[in-house]
Amino acid sequence: MQDRSEPAPTGAVLQVDVWRGDASGGELRRYQVPARENQTVLDVVTHIQREIEPDLAYRFACRVGMCGSCAMVVNGRARWTCRTHVKKVAADGVLELRPLANLPVIRDLATDMAPFFDKWARARGTFQPKDAPDGAVPAEFHVVPPSSPKRQAADAGIECIGCGVCYASCDIVAWNPDYLGPAALNRAWTLVNDVRDGARQPRLDAVKGDAGCHACHSTQSCTERCPKGLDPSGAVAGLKRTLFWNVFGWDR
Amino acid sequence: MRLWVIQRVTAMWLAFAVLVHLVTILAAVQGGLSAAEILDRTRGSLGWLGFYAAFALAAGLHGAIGLRAVAAEWLGWRGKRLDAAWVAIGLLTAGFGISAAYGLYAA
Ligand code: SF4
Ligand code: SF4
Ligand code: FES
Repeated sequence: MQDRSEPAPTGAVLQVDVWRGDASGGELRRYQVPARENQTVLDVVTHIQREIEPDLAYRFACRVGMCGSCAMVVNGRARWTCRTHVKKVAADGVLELRPLANLPVIRDLATDMAPFFDKWARARGTFQPKDAPDGAVPAEFHVVPPSSPKRQAADAGIECIGCGVCYASCDIVAWNPDYLGPAALNRAWTLVNDVRDGARQPRLDAVKGDAGCHACHSTQSCTERCPKGLDPSGAVAGLKRTLFWNVFGWDR
Repeated sequence: MRLWVIQRVTAMWLAFAVLVHLVTILAAVQGGLSAAEILDRTRGSLGWLGFYAAFALAAGLHGAIGLRAVAAEWLGWRGKRLDAAWVAIGLLTAGFGISAAYGLYAA
């Protein structure tokens, strides 16, 4: 079996432009990284940090697409870097890496995710048990049949890892800094469909209007780019639909 | 003010009204089109007055609320006072349309 960590037989080299800087500004700096038969964009960043410039700031944890901490802009497009193969995105051997868009930069490839998660909180993205408003574990398990439509609607968005790829890809977030954004609204829609949740009305109130789902233009970049294959755009549409009838006092 | 509700209700009504409007135009030109012929149909017709007044109201509001979003996103024009101005612009535009519809009714 081939040793995957060996350089490709050609001795090929990747040209990697990495954005270096902080909140006050920065620039691209070029690094040469050995091309390997099998390597992810995160492997490339790690190589630069370990072998070339130890002060490069970036973030990762799980390396297997679960934690959502490794997203960056790769050749102009937000991606999860731990599960993005260099071969797929840089056929010509040139990579350009920048920090996620629409978020303040801390340093180099690390952005401050606080505004992103603050918006989850504003969209009331935490489950609030109906039977135990104080957050205690309910005495009885709530049975929600997997085949019920509400359960399926909730399941559709549950796998979000909070990577911020959709948020960085949304033009409306760029144009309207108050906009809650696709991930927070996807989370709200998931909970709106959770029959065990007791905060339906306050949540619907929190996600309507100019900073909420009604700001969305349904351009679907979020759905196109979500690495988990979720459909935040569809979630926003669901919220709009539900809110429309909700205003006239008809609630499902 | 729930402008987004107005935007959706007017969108639904416009989808229907534009259709009626187009079909009416197609039907109306069948027998040749003259001012006299149009006035024949619209003069004193409360139905057409109501239809076109509602059409103009929806179009005025829908257009203004749409422009409001464009102005907010591209120019950063936001705020309650501007909202009131957009509604006023919408009603003003609607007023032109309604007065035209009334002109055909009262002619
Ligand atoms: S569909 Fe809506 S939330 Fe998704 S990227 Fe477009 S504007 Fe943003
Ligand atoms: S919806 Fe998708 S792209 Fe957005 S944060 Fe969740 S996993 Fe990432
Ligand atoms: S490092 Fe956890 S998702 Fe990429």
